[in-house]
Amino acid sequence: MAAQDIDIPKLHHPLEIPKLKCGAMADSMPYPASPAHQESVGFPGELLPDWKERALAKMKELGEKNRAFKVYLDACVKCGACTDKCHYFIGTGDPKNMPVARQDLLRSVYRRYFTFAGKYFPSLVGARDLTEEVLNEWYSYYHQCSQCRRCSVYCPFGIDTAEISMAAREIMDVVGKGQKYCNEIIGKVHKIGNNLGLQEKALRATLEGLEEDIEDDNGVSVRIPLDEKGADILLITPSADFFAEPHIEGLIGYAKVFHEAGVSWTVSSYASEAANFGLFIGSYENMQKVALRIRKAAQDLGVKRIIFGECGHAWRVAYSFLNTLAGPWDFLDPKYPVPQHILEFTWGEIQKGTLNIDKSRNDHIRLTYHDSCNVARASGMGDEVGGQFEIPRNVIKAVCNNYFDMAPDTIKEGTLCCGGGGGLLTDELMDLRTKGASPRMKALQDVTEEHGVTHMAAICAICKTQFSKIMPKFGYDMEAILSVHQLVSNALILSGQETEEDAGETAANSDA
Amino acid sequence: MLGAFFAILYYVATLILVIGVGARIRTYVKVPAPLIIPTQPAPKTRNGVFWRMFREVVFFESLFKSNKWTWVFAYAFHMSMWLVVARHLRYLTQPVWGWVEIVQPFGTYAAFTMILGLLGLWGRRIVVERIRYISNPSDHLMLALIVGIAVSGAMMRFVAHTDIVAVKAFFMGLYTFRIGHFPSDPVLIIHVSLVALLMIIFPISKLLHAPGVFFSPTRNQVDNPREKRHLAPWAEKLEG
Ligand code: HEM
Ligand code: HEM
Repeated sequence: MAAQDIDIPKLHHPLEIPKLKCGAMADSMPYPASPAHQESVGFPGELLPDWKERALAKMKELGEKNRAFKVYLDACVKCGACTDKCHYFIGTGDPKNMPVARQDLLRSVYRRYFTFAGKYFPSLVGARDLTEEVLNEWYSYYHQCSQCRRCSVYCPFGIDTAEISMAAREIMDVVGKGQKYCNEIIGKVHKIGNNLGLQEKALRATLEGLEEDIEDDNGVSVRIPLDEKGADILLITPSADFFAEPHIEGLIGYAKVFHEAGVSWTVSSYASEAANFGLFIGSYENMQKVALRIRKAAQDLGVKRIIFGECGHAWRVAYSFLNTLAGPWDFLDPKYPVPQHILEFTWGEIQKGTLNIDKSRNDHIRLTYHDSCNVARASGMGDEVGGQFEIPRNVIKAVCNNYFDMAPDTIKEGTLCCGGGGGLLTDELMDLRTKGASPRMKALQDVTEEHGVTHMAAICAICKTQFSKIMPKFGYDMEAILSVHQLVSNALILSGQETEEDAGETAANSDA
Repeated sequence: MLGAFFAILYYVATLILVIGVGARIRTYVKVPAPLIIPTQPAPKTRNGVFWRMFREVVFFESLFKSNKWTWVFAYAFHMSMWLVVARHLRYLTQPVWGWVEIVQPFGTYAAFTMILGLLGLWGRRIVVERIRYISNPSDHLMLALIVGIAVSGAMMRFVAHTDIVAVKAFFMGLYTFRIGHFPSDPVLIIHVSLVALLMIIFPISKLLHAPGVFFSPTRNQVDNPREKRHLAPWAEKLEG
């Protein structure tokens, strides 16, 4: 869809509440998974004849296996606290994008089949039969939720729409109605080890190319080792870091920091992916299968610690779930948390003073920082509560002079999703992605107006890709989105590197 | 006749309330939370979680962050209700507990703040487009029911006094299965019937939010996944 077809809402305020536009997004649907994609992740190829019975059986099972699902379906009082909190609602005005209404698409069916009131007085409590129409509605609107959990911050009972949308996607998967984007990618990880389907040879060539680039740019050789047995650190990073901009600049940043810290590290070709889309489809089994690749890589390579690169949902799975899914990690060095975030590492080095930083090298940038939803609301960082807000900002402020936060209700725990998370980063959803990004873009435009902000940094591969596509629609350069470690990389002077002053001196000396 | 009717009604309603809510709580206890999902930033200790839950239940902290008007109405309604219910304990205890005596004067006007809060919430449901959209008939009926209870109660308190001594004697009698005389005051009959209805629908309605909030994983989990391995029983079986 061409950009001009999308009517981008003109917001006066990032959180402006829209008028209801019923059915505005009813036609938004991601491409369905092909039978091959479905089967590659263990789901039936197409919609089964007895899909309804299976869907209800799955719903019952979820009610017995997942407390959040059960409690949240029961507890909602329709108080409306969440109704204006979703970026997709703000961007589209479609009332079914209000978190409670999105939950109700499923809750209405739960009530009909599993509660007394819904069985005997369906119209009183808004209960409805599960029909193919309802299933299609699920497919549309549960793929208009990026599982960012902003609603759960404001719900007086902590009801998390992400839990419901993950459950709905799992139910759809088991009856044969999966989404192409997620399931194709998960299939690739199971088979090859990363979302891109990048084979070991291609990966090696890419990393060698990057090593050459670093040496050309800095005159110092910095390694990006692959499959190096006996390295201390295994770096697990989103595969976008190997080929997409601005992600690559972040990877170069990690490499330089490791180099300066003098630690030995390696990437693994077997577990060459931090992303874990099993989360998005609510599939514990798929998520676990992906996570176990990391365990195997860590054991095979004999590393002592695991560090994750910049990726939002990956950090959620890493920080919050990895120990559950693929632990215990007793074979690693107990001195370090498992896993660590690259920012925890870099912040540690900055505090130790091992990095030679020249902040002025980022002076051409006036920066703000986008808290990625899965880092902000679903993970921690460091030892302190709220470290996931402070550590990225600490690192940024250590390497960059001009930093400005966006409006307080649009950052940290209230951060607005980039619009492309949760398995929606696919071209056919560009309309949704653009509208969903508009609250964040408005908050950004406000700091541009007020403080002349030129760039925005993020620590999530999805955010970076989404923004590099979306920001041009809002009057920014596609290079205005940066990796945090790109800023680190800019400011970091490598040992033995000739700086401009050095170069100037050398030139002066040779003149003399 | 009236006495027998209310005696049976209250035995049945009490059984439904206690068994119904008890069974729900048992389900919530039994169903595991397979993953660590607290809404961040989250406390890192049990103690911290206790205080987070305390702020949620006592101050409606998250609702306060969300919407000040809803918070004002919700808070007025709920806190007044607790005061009123505390005041009511004087009908159900003999001798009346000391603290129940103490809260009596504080609760006198709670009926009004309770009704005001309820009407505010109801108004939102009717006036605000978004909340009208998400409302089902049951949401309106629930408010109607509680407003009915509160208004009939306030009528007895401030307009047409009822024979409180007889009411108390009747309910105290039920403890020992003595079915006494129930005053045939229409306002009292309405009040007490609606309360019985509330007790009966409690375990099958959204009123489950009251026990539910304590079992919400996003609010009651400790943020320590890297330090402590968390495994649901069914997930343990997958490990093989
Ligand atoms: C642990 C105890 C409780 C807590 C923490 C709690 C909290 C809340 C909160 C935060 C709301 C949402 C805001 C609102 O719409 O009012 C709410 C709604 C509601 N609560 Fe409670 N509540 C509790 C107990 C009760 C009880 C015992 C009743 C029953 C009489 C009750 C009846 C209601 C009703 C009817 C609503 C919906 C109001 C509406 O339609 O907007 N709550 N509660
Ligand atoms: C067994 C249950 C109940 C009985 C027998 C009962 C009886 C009464 C009586 C006799 C009064 C008049 C008090 C007076 O004149 O001083 C009253 C007042 C009132 N009742 Fe109830 N009631 C019951 C439960 C409830 C419940 C569960 C609620 C709230 C949800 C409620 C709300 C009120 C209110 C708001 C008033 C007026 C203010 C006050 O006196 O505190 N009642 N009730």
